[in-house]
Amino acid sequence: MNLNHMAHKPNRTIKLELVLLEVLTVLLFILFMVPFGMVVVNSAKTSKEIIFNAIAPPTSWGQLAVNVSLIFNNPTVDYLGAFLDSILITVFSLMVIVLFSSMCAWVLVRNKTVWSTVLFMAFVAAMVIPFQVLMYPLVRWMRVSGDFLHFRLLGTIPGIVFAYLGFGSPLSIFIFHGFIKNIPYELEESATIDGCSRGRTFFSIVFPLLQPIIVTVLILNGIWIWNDYLLPLLMLGSNGRVQTIPIAVTAFAGAYLKQWDLILTSTLIAMLPVIVLYLFAQRYIIKGMVEGSIK
Amino acid sequence: MKQSRLINVLFVVPCVFAFIMIIIIPFFFGLYYSMTDWNGVNNDVNFIGFKNFKTLLSSPEFLFSFLITVAYTLINIVLVNIVSFGLSLMVTSKLRRRNFYRAGFFVPYLIGGIVLGYIWQFLLNNILVDLGNMLSIEVLKTSFLSLPHTVIWTMAVVNTWQYAGYIMLIYVASIQSIPASLMEAANVDGANYITRVFRILIPMMANAFTISIFLTLTTSFKQFDMNLTLTNGGPATRFLDVPVKASQLLAMNIFSTATANRMAEAQAKAVVLFIALLVVSLIQVSVNKKKEVEM
Repeated sequence: MNLNHMAHKPNRTIKLELVLLEVLTVLLFILFMVPFGMVVVNSAKTSKEIIFNAIAPPTSWGQLAVNVSLIFNNPTVDYLGAFLDSILITVFSLMVIVLFSSMCAWVLVRNKTVWSTVLFMAFVAAMVIPFQVLMYPLVRWMRVSGDFLHFRLLGTIPGIVFAYLGFGSPLSIFIFHGFIKNIPYELEESATIDGCSRGRTFFSIVFPLLQPIIVTVLILNGIWIWNDYLLPLLMLGSNGRVQTIPIAVTAFAGAYLKQWDLILTSTLIAMLPVIVLYLFAQRYIIKGMVEGSIK
Repeated sequence: MKQSRLINVLFVVPCVFAFIMIIIIPFFFGLYYSMTDWNGVNNDVNFIGFKNFKTLLSSPEFLFSFLITVAYTLINIVLVNIVSFGLSLMVTSKLRRRNFYRAGFFVPYLIGGIVLGYIWQFLLNNILVDLGNMLSIEVLKTSFLSLPHTVIWTMAVVNTWQYAGYIMLIYVASIQSIPASLMEAANVDGANYITRVFRILIPMMANAFTISIFLTLTTSFKQFDMNLTLTNGGPATRFLDVPVKASQLLAMNIFSTATANRMAEAQAKAVVLFIALLVVSLIQVSVNKKKEVEM
């Protein structure tokens, strides 16, 4: 839609208004980007340089490589390990969330029983529960049930992936539910008549159709899991074997108080993967975010 | 038939099992623990009724935390929504690079609260202070994070930087769903741009405002990550003759209570957070829905 349609005004006024709007937008845009610029500039300085002048450009950009290698070779914080663990946790969590939530949502949509309604309502209602109510009882419960099942749920990747499935599935089921409702049932019926089993009907007919909404679910959950701090902190501990990026960043800030060269470089590395991904998949991400938020 | 029922159960089980283990059971334990003397160290937990809640109501430190959380939430609702509505007008205008700007304004949302807290701590404590010294601007010489009466506002500004681009996308989607002919007709009738925005656009976007205000309300009320790394609760101030932390929002207050091994008390605070959030968001949505109908 076109908001600045100024049919009644002479051309010059329209142009002037557009120029003013452009200037205002550019100024705001710069204001939004300044924090990132400052991180990059100061990641390429030594601690002394930052204290001396935080605004000036760095004397040598080579310092950026030095800082990055200082981060990755740090003896107290295993940043590379945390980076890999973060990738594993995010990828596995997204896989189980997409697979199991879509399966569950499909059954809930296609079976109109009291049970399916009750279950769906329970998932929706649970979305209002703040994490703060659950976090401490959850840790205790995970310890107890892990002991009982002889399976470590605390401090392990499978344990935290399981937790992300629990926390992520209500919203994901809700989103899949809304999408599957609009897929014509005839498609599945004809498959059944052709002798396709229920399970195969889902995987070979329904699941491929979900592709656009899967992108939405991946993005919403991906941004959350990659940046999440409290759940990993409570389930993995601040110095456990398995770590995540946000925990490693706080470990850095805690170990090197006010050493901004190291802290800023570690934040730069933490946000780089997400920003690079965003540059490539920007169109899908924006579309996915809008669809996820409106539902 | 029997086989398809088995498939139904198999498809639902993973999500339902995770949901029960991660959300339902910890939730009820959470409600129970808030009425016990749980301290996280001792294994036996005794029921003590509503004693924890009575302690909270007479604790100035908790009341202060509650009040500043409410203040912080209100500031955010106004600030985030005004800024993001303004941005949405800009990126739906005739500007040639509007899609580029839209993509840029969204970037801060990708950065997690932990990381952006450190970045803004650096910006506010170093860059702005350096700038103040360089240009001899008195107000900038002391960090906004170090003064009790500016710290909440500063946090709201940082939060706006993070969320405005996300909320903007919701407004953009809403603007794009309004038929262009409506605005053009008003334009032909001689209504100027401001009139058209207030008389046509905003009433037509009532649903987007309901969603956006709800999202800003719930995320601000549960704010934790950025609070932890930006201010860590500081600076110190006084409330009802008791020393308190000027920027310790509710979620962080819960966290620090639990860190001090007062688990049951932290749990009671979390339950209060839950109930307050539930009541306030129900009121907000019903008031907004009523407004939507009136418009």
